[in-house]
Amino acid sequence: MHTTLTPPESSKYMRLNLGPSHPATHGTLRVFVELEGEIIRNMKLEIGYLHRCFEKMAETHTWNQVIPFTDRLNYVSAMMNNVGYVMSVEKLLGIEVTKRCQRIRVILCELSRIIDHLVCIGANAVDLGALTCFWYFFRERENVYDLFEALCGARLTTSVTRVGGMYQDLPEGWLEWCRKVVNHMPRTLDEVDTLLTNNRIWIDRTKGVGPISKENALEYGFTGPCLRATGIAYDIRKAMPYYDYDKFSWNVVTQTEGDTYSRYLVRMGEMRESLKIIQQALDDIPGGSVNVDDWAICLPPKDQVYNSIEGLMAHFKLIMHGIRPPVGEVYSCTEAANGELGFYVGSDNQGRPYRVRVRPPCFAIYQAFPEMCIGQTVSDAVATLGSLNIVAGELDR
Amino acid sequence: MSEHPLTVSNEEADLKNVAFTTRLEDFINWGRKNSLWPLPFGTACCAIEYMATVGSHYDISRFGAEVVRFSPRQADCLLVLGTVVEKMGPILKQIYDQMLEPKWVIAVGVCASSGGFYRAYHVMQGIDNIIPVDVYVPGCPPTPEGIIYGMLKLQEKITKGGIVRVRDRHKIAR
Amino acid sequence: MLETDIKLLANILPHLPQAIQSQILAVEEFLAETTLTVRRESLRQVIQFLKTDPNFCFDVMMDLFAMDYLKYVPETPERFAVVYYLVALLQNRRIRIKVFLPEEDPTIASIHDLYKAANWFEREAWDLYGIKFEGHPNLVRILCHAEFEGHPLRKDYPSDRYQRLKTTTSSEGL
Repeated sequence: MHTTLTPPESSKYMRLNLGPSHPATHGTLRVFVELEGEIIRNMKLEIGYLHRCFEKMAETHTWNQVIPFTDRLNYVSAMMNNVGYVMSVEKLLGIEVTKRCQRIRVILCELSRIIDHLVCIGANAVDLGALTCFWYFFRERENVYDLFEALCGARLTTSVTRVGGMYQDLPEGWLEWCRKVVNHMPRTLDEVDTLLTNNRIWIDRTKGVGPISKENALEYGFTGPCLRATGIAYDIRKAMPYYDYDKFSWNVVTQTEGDTYSRYLVRMGEMRESLKIIQQALDDIPGGSVNVDDWAICLPPKDQVYNSIEGLMAHFKLIMHGIRPPVGEVYSCTEAANGELGFYVGSDNQGRPYRVRVRPPCFAIYQAFPEMCIGQTVSDAVATLGSLNIVAGELDR
Repeated sequence: MSEHPLTVSNEEADLKNVAFTTRLEDFINWGRKNSLWPLPFGTACCAIEYMATVGSHYDISRFGAEVVRFSPRQADCLLVLGTVVEKMGPILKQIYDQMLEPKWVIAVGVCASSGGFYRAYHVMQGIDNIIPVDVYVPGCPPTPEGIIYGMLKLQEKITKGGIVRVRDRHKIAR
Repeated sequence: MLETDIKLLANILPHLPQAIQSQILAVEEFLAETTLTVRRESLRQVIQFLKTDPNFCFDVMMDLFAMDYLKYVPETPERFAVVYYLVALLQNRRIRIKVFLPEEDPTIASIHDLYKAANWFEREAWDLYGIKFEGHPNLVRILCHAEFEGHPLRKDYPSDRYQRLKTTTSSEGL
């Protein structure tokens, strides 16, 4: 005898909790889904599992002491956060850093962008079962880490910038070393290109998965690779060029589909464009100091501190009272690996920021995640999440 | 023709070639320490360094701890990698409770050890507020060498410990 | 960026319809950034105009956050403010809209239906500053844990006042 099972409406869907400790949610994201068979019918997100109170911490530290906290926003590419933050303070102070400092910051930012994309694509591939690319990419990442370590002693959390300049000038031989690392990188990119780009399985798992339309992407405030994957060629480095980005020859990489595969292609393309920028920047590094010549902002050179009363006083004042930007509020944004990273800083002419607001690119992007996944399977959601590159430190701050 | 080496003869001299004596405790601990199955509870920056530790350059499999498991029931070494905030606390506790004995915990990085420089309204000041910790690894984040050193320290601890771990050895009131 | 923003100020603002202009309390230009201070009641009207009018086309809401001016030295009209940051991608223009809210009633109309992005940003402003967004479909805490009391980013909340979670299960929200 056959009886059809018709479940009551309330139990039509199966409820499932993914995360926060789930390999596919990268640590701190929590997703509730309602499933019909394997199809996601409803999705709810919970964040805040890494809310480390960045904005409050910034208010209780001096302007330069905030820099280590910015490292830990998007910890995959810490240098870009360093640069983004000091840029906003420098804007408030009304100073322009030296050309040499700008060029070094460009090189470091682009290196960071590359290693960020390496982790994103590598982890995305691991989530879909392709472990090899991850090993290849981490070999490259280690090379860049070595460069960072030589520069500032830290691999990940670099704190390499200071308001008005850098922590120090490049060590001897760093540029040649950097060139070597950069020259080696295309080989790895080619290897992964051959492994993934035309791979039947990779295409089947990512093409048409987690798509978002142009209009929706704008509604949700998408920026960065996820926006460019939908076909909008918006890049702050082109739209509001800072640090002479407009003087380098490079292209904004776009795709049209807005799906996981497009986001992968955009990231791959961007790494090659970043390599172009680094190579051009390495060819032409101006000499001179990395710090602005203003002892109210940058520490005086050590021999001045030890041998002159002015230097000693400037050093003392800067360490004890810190920088005092004028009263005002500014917003300054940079193109970080995930999109527009904005810092809104408010000052009331004290040694500490009155307010530091971060505009995290992930926050806007992750909000659209349910819309991208409803109607697809759980495994598609995993593929999509990996391609969005949600970094919890930046999402929850 | 000589006898096959595995043939057990009555003579003691032959036995020495095919067997060794040890204490059961040492033998089991030797096995345990060289096949730790870690569960990376990665929340923040330290998790990226752990990825590097597992990665091709540092290769944690040299120390027998490369079988990363995300199910607490299959793991015996909980690695807490990164800041644990108050909202995350119950989840960490739940995962620890779900792990079977014997189990060990490594707090990787200053955030997991003590809250680090986040003396803030939402950050737990060290995971030892809620679960017992065997090894603390300093650093923000620790280098992969540091994480490996922490692993080795844990192996040392396992060698020295008994076989039976009392479940409620570290009862921590919450 | 400098030129476009200045152009916006010099050329476009006078072209605003009278109905919108009368809702703008102040126009401030600081370091090439334009800030409009808008009446609280007419925020939605102004933002809707800026979004839909073909001359402006502010199609992206880049940021939304609150400010607490309790200890700010130049005195502000009210204690709280909500700041909206709109961007017109194609024209490459940016504008900031500020609305002051009184301490006793920090309430403002929600714009979650005008920009989908506003939903979480408004929840965050509620969580951290206690700004009430009228008409928001789900105005609950987003970053802090569910039992958190008070709004931590307000200037009268000490940065290290840590609040423990009382429930020890992690299944809330299921």
